Amino acid sequence: METTATTTTTTAALETSDLTVRFGGHVAVNRVSCRFTPGEVTAIVGPNGAGKTTYFNLISGQIAASEGTVHLDGADITRMPVAERTRLGIGRAFQLTNLFPNLSVLENVRLVIQARRHRGFSLLSIADRQVALIEEAHEVLGAVKLEDQAAQKVTELSHGDQRKLEVALLMALDPRVYMFDEPTAGMSVDEAPVLLDLIAGLKADTGRTILLVEHKMDVIRSLADRIVVLHNGKLAADGAPDEVIASDVVQEAYLGRSAVDA
Amino acid sequence: MLYRALSGDFPRSVVLSVVLLAILVGLAFAPFLFPGTRSLETAARICIFIALVASYDLMLGYGGIVSFAHTVFFGIGAYGVALATANLGRGFDALLIGSLTGAVVAAVLALLVALFSLRVRAIFFAMITLAVASAVAVLVSQLSSITGGEDGLNLLIPRELTPAVKFAEERFLGVRLNGKLLNYYLVFFGSLALFLVLLRVVNSPFGRVLQAIRENDFRAEAIGYRVVIYRTVATCIAAVVASLAGSLFAIWLRYVGPDTTLSLEIMIDILLMVVIGGMGTMYGAVIGATLFVIAQNYLQNLMGAASEMTAAVPLLPHLLNPDRWLLWLGVLFVLSVYFFPTGVVGRLRGRA
Repeated sequence: METTATTTTTTAALETSDLTVRFGGHVAVNRVSCRFTPGEVTAIVGPNGAGKTTYFNLISGQIAASEGTVHLDGADITRMPVAERTRLGIGRAFQLTNLFPNLSVLENVRLVIQARRHRGFSLLSIADRQVALIEEAHEVLGAVKLEDQAAQKVTELSHGDQRKLEVALLMALDPRVYMFDEPTAGMSVDEAPVLLDLIAGLKADTGRTILLVEHKMDVIRSLADRIVVLHNGKLAADGAPDEVIASDVVQEAYLGRSAVDA
Repeated sequence: MLYRALSGDFPRSVVLSVVLLAILVGLAFAPFLFPGTRSLETAARICIFIALVASYDLMLGYGGIVSFAHTVFFGIGAYGVALATANLGRGFDALLIGSLTGAVVAAVLALLVALFSLRVRAIFFAMITLAVASAVAVLVSQLSSITGGEDGLNLLIPRELTPAVKFAEERFLGVRLNGKLLNYYLVFFGSLALFLVLLRVVNSPFGRVLQAIRENDFRAEAIGYRVVIYRTVATCIAAVVASLAGSLFAIWLRYVGPDTTLSLEIMIDILLMVVIGGMGTMYGAVIGATLFVIAQNYLQNLMGAASEMTAAVPLLPHLLNPDRWLLWLGVLFVLSVYFFPTGVVGRLRGRA
């Protein structure tokens, strides 16, 4: 729509154009242009320090871009505060678990649902009496297999359960753009499938745009429709999983074989 | 009924419930249980400080906002009533107009301070509030033509609230049914209402957002809450409650001056009461204010008695000399913070 050259592609739910951020002299993300369409799962890969999480931060708004733009459904959101972007439909789960530690598991999820339903400025009602919100929170906890821990404080949870809750908060937000930053990092082999099934379930719902930073190749192969490779902050490759994984650039970026000079 | 009154936030500890109930009964029947001017003064002061400290806890304990300007809002309410009675004369309408005007002014000032400074880091906000508090204190003492300066102002309150008016010739349970008694119950029910409103606010969806912000403001923003706006609203609510508590205080004392409302000492007292009682619990304000005000008023007497009793023992009477009561008050606080890092309420709930 907004570009004349590629009118054949579907409307991008999310698009970054020449997105750049500099920290001092270091260019962490360097002119990355990419569009992400609904119904598609895009894996963002690259070695440590490639700028994957920084790229996420630019999209969800935790870091301000030095140059370039972020558009959601054609609207420029580059300068918008984090909470506003969330309200427009960008949801993010974090790489390092980022929860409300001294509140209960249920309350963590309930707060997200309350935010989505714009109930935060209700001052004189009793939060524990808002049955609909609480029921919905229980449903989300059921989906990530955390019902039994609903009453526990976050600090009492195991690492794996905290990762699940991290994802549960994103599920409760039910955004149009899901951003997962290594959702299964540090989880045991038997715990990870719960989350992967959830993401696969989201994929079936075609209205969702899903971005996934991930290292594990088996996860990428099973979930991703497309792979975007970042290397030294630049877009190094973008395409279908099989092609990208086989390409030289990935072999170099990922396996660090700098000897493979084209 | 009880659930609604307490907003579903029960004490959750048997000991705590008993203590709170004892304080409630003690304050509700203070004129009958503890006759005498001094004990009634103490009881009224406890009531008002419970509301004041609870409003501070809304900011500090629930919102994680460190402010040193809370006495400013307390003072605004007190001076509001004083100025209203000075200009409008003796009457309940003057009291009401003064209180409400004070509350509005407090809310506007809180809004300005919050919007200008809540965006910055907590430490800067604290420093800005400290500056505002000093500025207001200086202003009040300098503008003596309006505020009475260091001497303060005397209030003309309706005669129905003074000892001069007797509602019955007979005594009831040994207590004179006069205006002073009515004034006390104005303070008691006013403070109780303010406290219950705050208890509702912290247990509302809004209160939960504040707790989320205190726990992790970064994530609160990421799930869609505008942190600055929530903090600003919390600051304004706390300011309004503090202002109304200040109005009650001025009406009770029939006087307002920098020392009774604006001094840094009162600010520190509020901080200590919150910490001793237990931050982020609301009930902590009740425990903290009660313990603190009683200690302030009676520790000296207690020590005087103890000093006389130990007169025969060397050194001890000197240590327990009533003049050293502040030292012992300090020791008590250090010990209580050391042994109850989460406050009395936190400790009692932790055991339950």
